Amino acid sequence: MPKNDSGRHLPPMRPEAPVTESVGTPEAAPFDDPRLAEYRHLVSERAISGETVILNMGPQHPSTHGVLRLILELDGERIITCIPDIGFLHTGVEKNMEAKTYIKALVMTDRLDYMNNVGNNLAYALAVEKLVGLDVPPRAQAIRVILTELQRLSSHLVWLGTHALDLAAMSVFLYCFREREIILDIFEMVSGQRMMTSYIRPGGLWRDVPSEFEPAVREFIKIFPRRLRQYERLLTKNPLFIDRTRGIGVISGEAALEAGLTGGALRGSGVNYDLRKAMPYSGYEQYDFEVPLGSTGDVYDRYRVRMAEMPQSLRIVEQALNTLPRGPVQSANRKFVPPPRSEIGQSMESLIHHFKLWTEGFDAPRGAIYSAVESPRGELGVYLEGNGGPKAQRVYWRTPSFMNISALPILAKGHLVADLVGIIGSLDIVLGDVDR
Amino acid sequence: MGVEAKLGDLGLVTLTLEKAVNWSRTRAMWPMLFGLACCAIEMMSAQASHYDLSRFGMELMRASPRQSDLMIVAGRVTRKMAPVLRRLYDQMPDPKWVIAMGDCASCGGIFNNYAIVQGVDEVVPVDVYVAGCPPRPEALIHGIITLHHKVEKEKLAAHA
Amino acid sequence: MSGLDEALNVLRTALGEGVRTVTDFRGETTVEVDPARIVAACRAVRDAPTLKFTRLAGQTAVDYWPDEPRFAVIYQLHSLEKGLRLRLLLRLQGDAPSVASVVQVFPSANWHEREIFDMFGIRFTGHPDLRRLLMPADWQGHPLRKDYPLGYEEVQFTFNFDEIDRKKPYAKE
Repeated sequence: MPKNDSGRHLPPMRPEAPVTESVGTPEAAPFDDPRLAEYRHLVSERAISGETVILNMGPQHPSTHGVLRLILELDGERIITCIPDIGFLHTGVEKNMEAKTYIKALVMTDRLDYMNNVGNNLAYALAVEKLVGLDVPPRAQAIRVILTELQRLSSHLVWLGTHALDLAAMSVFLYCFREREIILDIFEMVSGQRMMTSYIRPGGLWRDVPSEFEPAVREFIKIFPRRLRQYERLLTKNPLFIDRTRGIGVISGEAALEAGLTGGALRGSGVNYDLRKAMPYSGYEQYDFEVPLGSTGDVYDRYRVRMAEMPQSLRIVEQALNTLPRGPVQSANRKFVPPPRSEIGQSMESLIHHFKLWTEGFDAPRGAIYSAVESPRGELGVYLEGNGGPKAQRVYWRTPSFMNISALPILAKGHLVADLVGIIGSLDIVLGDVDR
Repeated sequence: MGVEAKLGDLGLVTLTLEKAVNWSRTRAMWPMLFGLACCAIEMMSAQASHYDLSRFGMELMRASPRQSDLMIVAGRVTRKMAPVLRRLYDQMPDPKWVIAMGDCASCGGIFNNYAIVQGVDEVVPVDVYVAGCPPRPEALIHGIITLHHKVEKEKLAAHA
Repeated sequence: MSGLDEALNVLRTALGEGVRTVTDFRGETTVEVDPARIVAACRAVRDAPTLKFTRLAGQTAVDYWPDEPRFAVIYQLHSLEKGLRLRLLLRLQGDAPSVASVVQVFPSANWHEREIFDMFGIRFTGHPDLRRLLMPADWQGHPLRKDYPLGYEEVQFTFNFDEIDRKKPYAKE
């Protein structure tokens, strides 16, 4: 029996399986299957001749972060083409929001990007306020900032947990969800709901924060930095993690801008574009924070960018909490903002306003605005067009994950299938955001 | 309880085959990873350490339908996704159960429009409906325990 | 805003009569252009050294049915260097309009135009891969049009339980 280099006996070789005639000939072409016919113009010539394999990474998959379908053309394990097929979570939110009045449509915004519920509420509330010209008192703006940054932390924690889980680091997942529970407890204390709060409404907030809010947030600010250092210790210098993420999914700054990337994926390539600095909203210009940037644009840099964003968010929360002004939390403009319940029993006008606003809704002027916020994923923009009536003519959500996924074919070319999992994780996509 | 009550501590216990089979089915029911939307995040929270699902025997979420017993449909099912859902349900081996988690899976939720299936029971037979948008992890655990009670009362021939 | 006056100058030089109207609402400028000149307009504002609108932030369409012109296509442009935002708008008539695709100018318009085709039925000539994006490939109709019904199901109470149950599209075995 032949010996290999280390001197061990090799088992006897199996006789070679005969090459069947159908490999590499037109009879074996997978594109005869009508289900694949629509992708014929997207894959390379080798797929049509049958030399490369078409693999369906289907909508139900542990690592696709939701219902994303990828059609991969593989040469062995290398990806030649990657075609995303989205739409498995298309909820028709835009059409449904156009069928509801402005105040009632707010409820649907939570469910778009379900990791960033408070941020979606904020984006919509800012859009409506811009359209009708509504003021927001400073206390409401500060509390909005606190809650949005807490939501950003919670979203980054889930990103970190699922990204690490895909790259086979399961304990990070459990730790991140432990921290997230504290943030969700704060949301529940403030609004009664863990995730779909609908707390930020056009004109301010639903109601003032309870007295337990400040101690709870301060407690969180105290314990979180140490936990962050724990996560850094687990992953950042871990040679296994670095091996799986360094040099994977590289995209340059110009290519990222052309592809439409925003958020952490864009900042990982070195482009300094953060809407909180570029187009400040809700009082962000008062707070002092940095925007971390990457340099090479690979998965590791995107990871480092998001990890560095988390202490910055904590900094903003602390500053906002220290400078929290007193005052009302809702605009006093009763033509657009329903009055609080306590007023309704005492004033006839309040009752009439309440009735009119909740049944018919307010009329928005003719005209269109575009208002964008920085969601944990990138630029979340709302294009709101009013037509003089109580329902919107058009609500368009420019969602960051939609454009981030469209860049996936560029990022995944030439990598192994195992790397693809890391790339999808680094883009931080949420399918509710993609499909709306 | 039978023989051992009369004869004392023999080191054995007697019970019906039905009870034994149902006991084993409930104590190690493996859920299939079918998180679609927001409810999936609450399902992941239920799986994580705070509201631990592994104490009910559901240590891992199996991604493959061939190795799972329970399909927790967590999230909204669109018309594009419905055939995929049905196919995965058919690929699961008997005995299998379905929990419709959340409002969108139970009845279409707040999305009453062209794109969402109004209740996943149009596509697969559902055993337990858990309400909420999204349901708290405790509500999901309550739904799972309700399913366990239901399974414990099943006859042996229920999953022929 | 001087930056946007500059943008208007550039557009007027490039398109001449192609610039239809300019609206200013809540501090945002919208320029309506001739649909036949949209690619030239985009190229002009992208390449002008004083403007550099290199980023297409969003692209969508609006349906004004039953008013005519029925459709409007919106291009939300952003200049990263100068920090300016501009909106281009064009109006289209009829039930199956088509307009030139701006994919050559802004590659990120690829998926935006696919989504507009899927939801509104506006065809983009010159697009490399115009097929449905969000709805299933064999779906009939364009959902975001105003004459497409919302498709809601009435609430099922005890008195109309059977009636709605009969209309529900159950899966066939």
